[in-house]
Amino acid sequence: MKSLAELVLIKEKMKDQIIPSAGSDEIRVVVGLATCGIAAGARPVLSTLLEGVEKADLGDKVSVTQTGCIGICQYEPVVEVYEPGKDKITYVKMTAEKAARVVEEHLKGGKVVTEYTIGNNLVGQAEKKDNAPDSLNDVIFYEKQTRVALRNCGVINPEVIDEYIARDGYAALAKVLTEMTPDEVIDTVLASGLRGRGGAGFPTGKKWQLARNLVKDGGKKYVCCNADEGDPGAFMDRSVLEGDPHAVLEAMAIAGYAIGADEGYIYVRAEYPIAIHRLEIALNQARQYGLLGKDIFGTGFNFDISLRFGAGAFVCGEETSLMTSIEGKRGEPRPRPPFPAVKGLFDRPTILNNVETYANIAQIILKGADWFASMGTEKSKGTKVFALGGKITNTGLVEIPMGTPLREVIEVIGGGIPHGKKFKAAQTGGPSGGCIPAHLIDTPIDYDNLLAIGSMMGSGGLIVMDEDNCMVDIARFFLDFTVDESCGKCTPCRVGTKRMLEILDKIIAGKGELEDIDRLEELANYIKSASLCGLGQTAPNPVISTLRYFRDEYIAHVVDKKCPAGVCKSLLRYSIDKEKCIGCGMCAKNCPADAISKTDYTAPGHKLPSLAIDAAKCVKCGVCMQNCKFGAVEKK
Amino acid sequence: MKKKLTTVDFCGTKEQEEKLVAVIAELKDTKGAMMPILQKAQEIYGYLPVEVMRIIAAHTGKSLEEIFGIATFYSQFALNPKGKVSIAVCLGTACYVKGSGDIYNKVGEELGLVGGGTTSDGKFSLEATRCIGACGLAPVLTVNEQVYGRLTTADIKGILDQYR
Amino acid sequence: METVNIKINGRDYAVESGITILEAARYAGIDIPTLCYLKEINEIGACRLCLVEVKGARGPVTACVYPVSEGMEITTNSPAIMKARKMNLQLLLSNHKKDCLSCVRSTTCELQKLCNEYDVDEHYFSGERTEHAVDDKSPIIRDNDKCILCRRCVAACQNMQEIGVIGANDRGFDTSIGSYFKKPLADTSCINCGQCIVACPVGALYERDDTAKVFAALADPEMHVAICTAPSVRAQIGECFGYEPGTDTEGKMIAAIKRLGFDGVYDMNLTADLTIMEEATEFLGRVKNGGVLPMITSCSPGWIKYCEHYFPEMTENLSTCKSPQQMFGATYKTYYAQKMGIDPKKIFFVSAIPCTAKKFEVGRPNQAAAGVPDVDVAITTRELARMIQKAGINFRALEDEKFDIPFSIGSGAGAIFGATGGVMEAALRTAAEVIEGKPLECVDFNEVRGTAGIKRATYKLGGKEIRVAVASGTANAKKLLTAVKNGEEKVDFIEIMACPGGCVNGGGQPYQPAVVRNNVDLRAKRASVLYTADKNMDIRKSHENSDVKRLYDEFFGEPNSHKAHEILHTSYVKRGL
Repeated sequence: MKSLAELVLIKEKMKDQIIPSAGSDEIRVVVGLATCGIAAGARPVLSTLLEGVEKADLGDKVSVTQTGCIGICQYEPVVEVYEPGKDKITYVKMTAEKAARVVEEHLKGGKVVTEYTIGNNLVGQAEKKDNAPDSLNDVIFYEKQTRVALRNCGVINPEVIDEYIARDGYAALAKVLTEMTPDEVIDTVLASGLRGRGGAGFPTGKKWQLARNLVKDGGKKYVCCNADEGDPGAFMDRSVLEGDPHAVLEAMAIAGYAIGADEGYIYVRAEYPIAIHRLEIALNQARQYGLLGKDIFGTGFNFDISLRFGAGAFVCGEETSLMTSIEGKRGEPRPRPPFPAVKGLFDRPTILNNVETYANIAQIILKGADWFASMGTEKSKGTKVFALGGKITNTGLVEIPMGTPLREVIEVIGGGIPHGKKFKAAQTGGPSGGCIPAHLIDTPIDYDNLLAIGSMMGSGGLIVMDEDNCMVDIARFFLDFTVDESCGKCTPCRVGTKRMLEILDKIIAGKGELEDIDRLEELANYIKSASLCGLGQTAPNPVISTLRYFRDEYIAHVVDKKCPAGVCKSLLRYSIDKEKCIGCGMCAKNCPADAISKTDYTAPGHKLPSLAIDAAKCVKCGVCMQNCKFGAVEKK
Repeated sequence: MKKKLTTVDFCGTKEQEEKLVAVIAELKDTKGAMMPILQKAQEIYGYLPVEVMRIIAAHTGKSLEEIFGIATFYSQFALNPKGKVSIAVCLGTACYVKGSGDIYNKVGEELGLVGGGTTSDGKFSLEATRCIGACGLAPVLTVNEQVYGRLTTADIKGILDQYR
Repeated sequence: METVNIKINGRDYAVESGITILEAARYAGIDIPTLCYLKEINEIGACRLCLVEVKGARGPVTACVYPVSEGMEITTNSPAIMKARKMNLQLLLSNHKKDCLSCVRSTTCELQKLCNEYDVDEHYFSGERTEHAVDDKSPIIRDNDKCILCRRCVAACQNMQEIGVIGANDRGFDTSIGSYFKKPLADTSCINCGQCIVACPVGALYERDDTAKVFAALADPEMHVAICTAPSVRAQIGECFGYEPGTDTEGKMIAAIKRLGFDGVYDMNLTADLTIMEEATEFLGRVKNGGVLPMITSCSPGWIKYCEHYFPEMTENLSTCKSPQQMFGATYKTYYAQKMGIDPKKIFFVSAIPCTAKKFEVGRPNQAAAGVPDVDVAITTRELARMIQKAGINFRALEDEKFDIPFSIGSGAGAIFGATGGVMEAALRTAAEVIEGKPLECVDFNEVRGTAGIKRATYKLGGKEIRVAVASGTANAKKLLTAVKNGEEKVDFIEIMACPGGCVNGGGQPYQPAVVRNNVDLRAKRASVLYTADKNMDIRKSHENSDVKRLYDEFFGEPNSHKAHEILHTSYVKRGL
């Protein structure tokens, strides 16, 4: 592709094929084929639809295609039907059988199978309502979102570059190369207020500016993309790569033009095979179209991108470690300074942004810095994608404007806490972040607010916890993860986190003393200030923040030797309420430790003697409780 | 994270070596090629024994220790292949108090894999796992996907014989 | 010099722009503690001890890598910083084998010193400890239970020597330093240069202690126990007794060794001269007869093993001369044994050298001229100092004494063997006079002196141009030999020493903490002892050494004679990797 005109031509040709406009007679059916969709069984659904359409001879009128993540994980597999001039129809929890019926009744017969649509299958909703929405667009979970980074996810077929182009794809690159100077590009990104979406929230434009200006020796510079999304429970970047890979490629080329680089690397987790596959397809298509490679749009600008795969090291999400890993070494962090903008990959000036950050760039160029800056708060502009999980009704991907109160995310978009339980805390930032307790639920979510209350934006995992979660146990969970993932280079992180974990284990085992809490806090503060890289500097956050808001729980473990949430096994006691026990013996029969036996007591009204648990033998596996149909087993 | 050293006899073929050498040649001009080389090598051989590292060292000029250092840093690189028959003994609390420690040792003795690992012929591998949630059947072990529960050490030989 | 104005602990300083906070603080008379930092070879910011406060910075910064800038205000010793250092040390100690009382590094341990200064509670943290077996299969012993993962040894091996037989393996708390597949060093292509030991701040790396064998021999009335000391030992050993680096303590050293009860204390400078006679003759023969050139010196056993592993195709280039140490033992157990009527089996010959590779060399094949090993035990400068200390000898109070005859004479040429370029210069002095047939006007070959890694010169000898090169440190050797192998460089005669700077900086030298290594040019200081000695000597050429002449007259006949070949020359193995 040598000119803008060709790009416009493709866009025109494809226009009606993505969302059929009124007056066209095309019907477009998309099946969510991201990792979670596939895992839930989307492939047979897709093939049934394809076969069904062919058999029914609807090929001329109906196109069936795959798309990326639509963001409603628990409803997968998801099928959406776009008809000209109508709201799309969202079918959820599809199977091959259901798909066959959709072909028959809806695609052929023109009648929506309301039984399968989202409104009639809402999670946490006991009964079907009248006038239940058939379209995801009308479901509050979706209605409240603002899609910028995810704008193409679940809409286009990520494996067809023309579909991306139809949605203004590569128009931003064309604009940048033909109408803007590198400084203008940087100024635009600066003015938009975009901050890095991967963790600390460094202003993206600033980063680019430093890389452009600090070293001007005419030598190589690099543009890197961090797709090594390693936080447990976070999958925003995976969704973008699986659903809209070209958005990342285009943004990297724009960044290359801005800082003066002709080479880029995407460092992606090897655990993301589908993302890798689609990236490879996208790279080849972009090269074929001349959107990557030499002399892009005939402007003399060269840029190409290589893929590198992680091999299972969380620390490689840290920028200097990631670069060290691309260099083919142990992915250990390097001290800064020198900063990557001066001396990064292969000792040359380098910028590194994460997937979601890049996914915003083309939109900022096309729609302008003001448009982007109109969303969000004073210091946090635009939107943020969160992976909503844990004890919440609607799990999935949500993209919301910065500054949205946590309450809205949890109670409105997330649909609240299931089973009538009480909201206890939300965890953001994964192993680097902290907890937001219930009393701060009205905090507007942005970088600075989260930092101020001891958490952080992180890459966007948002785990909701209810009264059944033990905060000491949660802190231990995250610390266990960092100890496992510490690279071992610097002393505070290598030895310090291990000692913290050992203290937490001691507390959880009921052997803690009050001094242990002090020592834990002392260590946490030390590791935070003294560690070499971001991993170590943030590793104590889950402990620091739970100590800040849930110190009483720690004290309960240490002083009362009790786990208030009833999670920590060593502190639990299972017992049988002798009045409720009918003596059926199911508990004893299933006890793996032979810890339950009959007593001499028979409760009034029961025929058999009740049973009792020998605490000395009990291993606290909870099997007795699961097997008691009479609610006689108690956990304290 | 500490990796267990290779316990399996190397039985790489000439074809595998040729494939690996070709991969290295192809990546000759790639900067920082060691990660892709190790990833491809593991694809070809299934794991990274010293023999494979020697081939890589000889063709890249890197020291064996540098390669070993990289291989032991990333959790996806394996110094041992999984056995064709992969045995996991649950050492979760419930199983442990029911004697799964003895079961683990018994399997180890039977296979010559005390403390876990892979037999030198690559047929059996043994590992200890955390709770697999089958407390009601404790003690349990799994062979590939198959779960065996309520075990005594006397059962072990019989189970293993089915796979020998 | 461009300067910047900074404040350190409230006082103003103008310091060179671009230097690190660590360096700036040193100008200000403050040593910020470090454990991992080694200038230019290990700037990894891993130990986190050198943290200081910089006004306006987000948190403490790493002084060893952080450059100063105009107006910077630095605090090196606030209570918070000192607390952080204490925490750090306590964490290190929680995973450290604490047998400090008997540890070989007690009193020279950098960790011990800091723990003392920072008033640490060694039991403040406890928990799991990583456990490793001690690798004691080679002269270099590794005890990872004491390792604090500062990686200075790795930097010495990988960055400085470019050998890389040790590195960091595994990850996180389980990270450990070792060889591929956790092999003992003896099974790797380690050359025993011992630079890792010199770099280690704690007792995780040390040489095999052979002093007990020496004490046992000394106590055995049946044995005749003799020792020779290498040129560099006298230039180093004083450091073990509180002397400044660069102090010549030859006389006291001899006096101390005599008090240990040796039957003879000799100067290895003599066999350095003997080596020159053999090597210069061998070289001239190769030039004349079209032998394999370039010829490469063979005095450094670390270099020999390096050549055998990494350049096996070049072992023919090696001079076949044994090293001065081995020549001494061989001559002692043949010539001297015969002359004095002692059964060579009853001779226990010790060599004292600043080298750990020599411990490997004594066990090499073809190093037993009298049918018994030429040298029984090689001890390092450190071991010799320990023997003196253990025997309660008051080194500093001793009156100077002299080496025993008949091997007491060493020329200036022999003395300078201990510094890089020394062997080359010594050989040139003799070769030039042999070829020219007349005395040299000037015996100083300044082009091959100094601590540069690679030195080159061309001399006209007997109308023929002789191109020489000198390399020290295996990284430089690798560079030079690769160029020679690829035909990019034409050389006739090469001197190679495995250790950067030569024996004065050998793996068996006295311990000096990183703060000294980073700021004092130990190689130059110690080498100056040797060059001063050379300058002040009457005899400065090996072939003028009357003891050497007598050896040829009474025993060997002439250089490279059949007898000399049998006793003074050896062979090599092509080891490969």
